[in-house]
Amino acid sequence: MTALFPPGISWEPAAPLSSYCPEPGNLAGVRHIILVLSGKGGVGKSTISTELALALRHAGKKVGILDVDLCGPSIPRMLRAQGRAVHQCDSGWVPVFVDQEQSISLMSVGFLLESPDEAVVWRGPKKNALIKQFVSDVAWGQLDYLVVDTPPGTSDEHMAAVEALRPYSPLGALVVTTPQAVSVGDVRRELTFCRKTGLQVVGVVENMSGFVCPHCAECTNVFSRGGGEALARLAGVPFLGSVPLDPELTRSLEEGRDFIRDFPKSPAFPALSSIAQKVLSGAPARLS
Amino acid sequence: MEEVPQGCPGTGSAQAGRGASCQGCPNQRLCASGAGAAPDPAIEEIKEKMKTVKHKILVLSGKGGVGKSTFSAHLAHGLAEDENTQVALLDIDICGPSIPKIMGLEGEQVHQSGSGWSPVFVEDNLGVMSVGFLLSSPDDAVIWRGPKKNGMIKQFLRDVDWGEVDYLIVDTPPGTSDEHLSAVQYLSAAHIDGAVIITTPQEVSLQDVRKEINFCHKVKLPIIGVVENMSVFICPKCKKESQIFPPTTGGAEVMCQDLKIPLLGKVPLDPHIGKSCDKGQSFLMDAPDSPATLAYRSIIQRIQEFCGHHQPKEEHFLSS
Repeated sequence: MTALFPPGISWEPAAPLSSYCPEPGNLAGVRHIILVLSGKGGVGKSTISTELALALRHAGKKVGILDVDLCGPSIPRMLRAQGRAVHQCDSGWVPVFVDQEQSISLMSVGFLLESPDEAVVWRGPKKNALIKQFVSDVAWGQLDYLVVDTPPGTSDEHMAAVEALRPYSPLGALVVTTPQAVSVGDVRRELTFCRKTGLQVVGVVENMSGFVCPHCAECTNVFSRGGGEALARLAGVPFLGSVPLDPELTRSLEEGRDFIRDFPKSPAFPALSSIAQKVLSGAPARLS
Repeated sequence: MEEVPQGCPGTGSAQAGRGASCQGCPNQRLCASGAGAAPDPAIEEIKEKMKTVKHKILVLSGKGGVGKSTFSAHLAHGLAEDENTQVALLDIDICGPSIPKIMGLEGEQVHQSGSGWSPVFVEDNLGVMSVGFLLSSPDDAVIWRGPKKNGMIKQFLRDVDWGEVDYLIVDTPPGTSDEHLSAVQYLSAAHIDGAVIITTPQEVSLQDVRKEINFCHKVKLPIIGVVENMSVFICPKCKKESQIFPPTTGGAEVMCQDLKIPLLGKVPLDPHIGKSCDKGQSFLMDAPDSPATLAYRSIIQRIQEFCGHHQPKEEHFLSS
């Protein structure tokens, strides 16, 4: 195969030594790892990852988010951490803390790009190498949960992430879908991926379940409804709940308002809290 | 390909087989001989194959779920409404092929003939090819790394018996990675008319789309224009508009002005579009008078005009 393209960006981190340095430079201090997966794009993996992290934080947990969507990293923007730099300390890269209490830390390729419009035009092997580095070289410190946000599909990033994270079990997968059949079709394939790679499925979350018209309060199922629950039943995995579409929340994510503060006011919050509770209490179920 | 060394300089680079990280790589000798840097012979074969295909359009978007497959399918339906226009739709979303479902072709199989794989036909003048036709069950996951996906795309372009085609529409997965590079690379000698880029109005999506536009510039792929999908939502009860995905930074319109690329149109969010896709029917036929259909038609017309003005000519726009 001819490589027609220049190697692209390098991932040399900005070097200043940070004063803050948690001890183990890997995942030894991480108690649970949850991969957020979906066969289809745009179903809200990053939104659910972000909101799940916030809900777990509300439950008093210390949470890390690892964004392995290398071609389309959206989490830095969603948590207003855009433009922040990753520093280096003796035990590795220091993740970016998104709140003052340092209860949510985040690592994303977004922090390594020179400009936010920079395209990461990489083929598989290079993506795999960076994901391995994210797993081995980031000083996560002590975490209750590490939420791993993935790109759509069942390819390089997913295999690299599962391979690199496997030694640090327990590793569970949370599968996100929207209700319509086209999305459910892709998610069925994702469940097969979980089965083949031996990933335990924590459960299925249905996102964008309904939209309440702000003018007449009519609830429209923009993307149909019920697909997620039916899929969970079919596959024999737990159904964790439906999260409604909340334009206010989208707007808050978009406008860089204090999403962390606004989050508990959203109608999506009770849904997310209940999902987080199930994640906290439920041992991952193995896919039959 | 599993054990590519971390610092692999790439088989085409001058350092191939000579870098420090090449020590111990099983392909070191092959790379050092320069064989890896020679152009893939498939590029020429695909050029030959594509001589009967007049226009080639890629449908791209940095972000997933913005409606690439829905748009590709309706572009194909729209163009094929003229029975004298031969349309081919190729789905290179290897891990998430949704085109078979959207086109109502789930469970169809590809047949082999003397001249290659035959596409699956929706109408006499609308043929479809997707990895979905090669799977034995809807649960089958295609758990493939890059090189294997690239091989599949090569086969789709080289070994499918497309016949005489006016428009070949290529639906892609989200991102800027293997599938996109391969499609552009394999079609490099055959001339691609350009890319249609799909986005939704919110900044989180535009941010990924700017990366995709950046990608197009990097690989010198012409941009036909941008389509803003899921623009406004019209409540089926009170008929008032709301914005589910609010254009907080001005939406595609402002982005297109900033980047000086054409905005082809905006398609409103109509829950019936998704329903038509789930049923595998053409929304353009299901709801011929809806605002979304009118938006689609006007966009399709602009794409046709673009292709008409840019008659294919012999050139290697990807010769670097």
